[in-house]
Amino acid sequence: MWRDTVLVAGKDLRIEARSRVALSQVAPFGIVALVMFAFALGPDRSLMARGAPGLFWVAVLFCTVLAVQRSVSVETVDGAKDGLRLSGLDPAGLFLGKSVAVAAQLVVLELVLGVGVVLLYGAKIEVPWLIAVSCVLGTIGLATTGTLYGALSAGLRVRETLLPFLLLPIAAPVLLAGTRIWQAAMAGGTPADGTPWFRLLVVFDAVYLALGVVVYGPIQESA
Amino acid sequence: MSPTPPASAPPDQSPRVRRVTRVIGVTAVVATACTVWLGLWVTPPDVTQGDLVRLVYIHPGVAWVALYLAFGLAAVASLLYLWPRTRSLFWDRLAAAAVEVGVVFNVCTLVSGSIWGKPTWGVWWAWDARLTSTAVLLVLFLGYLALRRVPAEPDVRAKRSAFVALFAAVDVPIVHFSVLWWRTLHQGATVLNPDLTPTIHGSMAWTLLLGFMALTLVFVWMLLVRYRIGVLEDWLGTGELDVALRERRAEGPAVDEDEAA
Repeated sequence: MWRDTVLVAGKDLRIEARSRVALSQVAPFGIVALVMFAFALGPDRSLMARGAPGLFWVAVLFCTVLAVQRSVSVETVDGAKDGLRLSGLDPAGLFLGKSVAVAAQLVVLELVLGVGVVLLYGAKIEVPWLIAVSCVLGTIGLATTGTLYGALSAGLRVRETLLPFLLLPIAAPVLLAGTRIWQAAMAGGTPADGTPWFRLLVVFDAVYLALGVVVYGPIQESA
Repeated sequence: MSPTPPASAPPDQSPRVRRVTRVIGVTAVVATACTVWLGLWVTPPDVTQGDLVRLVYIHPGVAWVALYLAFGLAAVASLLYLWPRTRSLFWDRLAAAAVEVGVVFNVCTLVSGSIWGKPTWGVWWAWDARLTSTAVLLVLFLGYLALRRVPAEPDVRAKRSAFVALFAAVDVPIVHFSVLWWRTLHQGATVLNPDLTPTIHGSMAWTLLLGFMALTLVFVWMLLVRYRIGVLEDWLGTGELDVALRERRAEGPAVDEDEAA
């Protein structure tokens, strides 16, 4: 399973390294979203700084949808899906591999967006490691749920419109928890302020990781 | 253009099921009428909330059906569909019917809560934990229904929908806790509080209980009818293929005749 994970993740990341879709399209889109949020809020910097945690995560969620769409669409051309199915790779490894690839792209996006939030909104981060941990946990949750829903919607002609509708409400807890941890980190809070939210993220990640490992095979058959 | 009915007769419904559905329907109407009568005329107004309190006979009952009964049933039915030993389109149709009726009740919950919230809290919508989780639940429900509308083979659609219901079901407790910690100002449970000592009494308690029963019956009746519609829809869907096949066959001899001529 682990070998398959590395294989699939390596394949997806190689495609990304050659096509640069996430870097040249998704990341700039995230920045555009940050600028648009600023226009919506007005030029008041204190308001922007207060909204920064939530806006960061909303931008990450939007980018997740795009990254997942991309992750699915590379499998839909040239019969790649059948190729994968016939390759005899372990479905669990396939799921983990695709999730890892999405997660790796999301981490880069989060770095870009994090710098954007600090520079554009003047958000002051007092406890950086709180944010780093929340980003890692949140990314795992988003990548796993995204990969699951991506696989479910893979064969559908209405994929582009249906995927965000299904994925975003499911990921709501990640947005809530991530935002709260950011706020604690900006207020210079103690780790204890984030504890329930960290627990929530860990549970969320564990549940969808486990579900994905178990049901990814059957999902692929039905898609 | 209305779909052409298939050649085969619609799948039969046993007379017993038909009778049970009718009995439940009539009982639901009577129970609802009694609840309305007791709630609006017999029970006294509340000391602090006045006539507003009469919403208590509807709102918690609707919420109970939407949040627990409908969604719980949909989750269990979807799980039973996914379980290979119990896999049958019965569970798929039951889940679909439960979700669709659940959406109606969920919207009623939000609307009745909103009507109650405006005079008591001063706002139509408060970002309180239960309201927010109910709204998220509604969106999850709607996503499920949207997925079901995507044309597909019944088996494929059933499997896909069941997975979505399963993912949504495991998300519900997480959403619940996240918004609970996020914020809360909804009043605590009235009847099912931890010590099981109801905080309302007399005619009000009985009316509340009757309201719960009436709304549950309405739910069951709608569920049965919606299930029947689901069966007929699938029958129409397969029928269209039959009709197309028949038309295609009918073209065959006609061509032969032309050639003969």
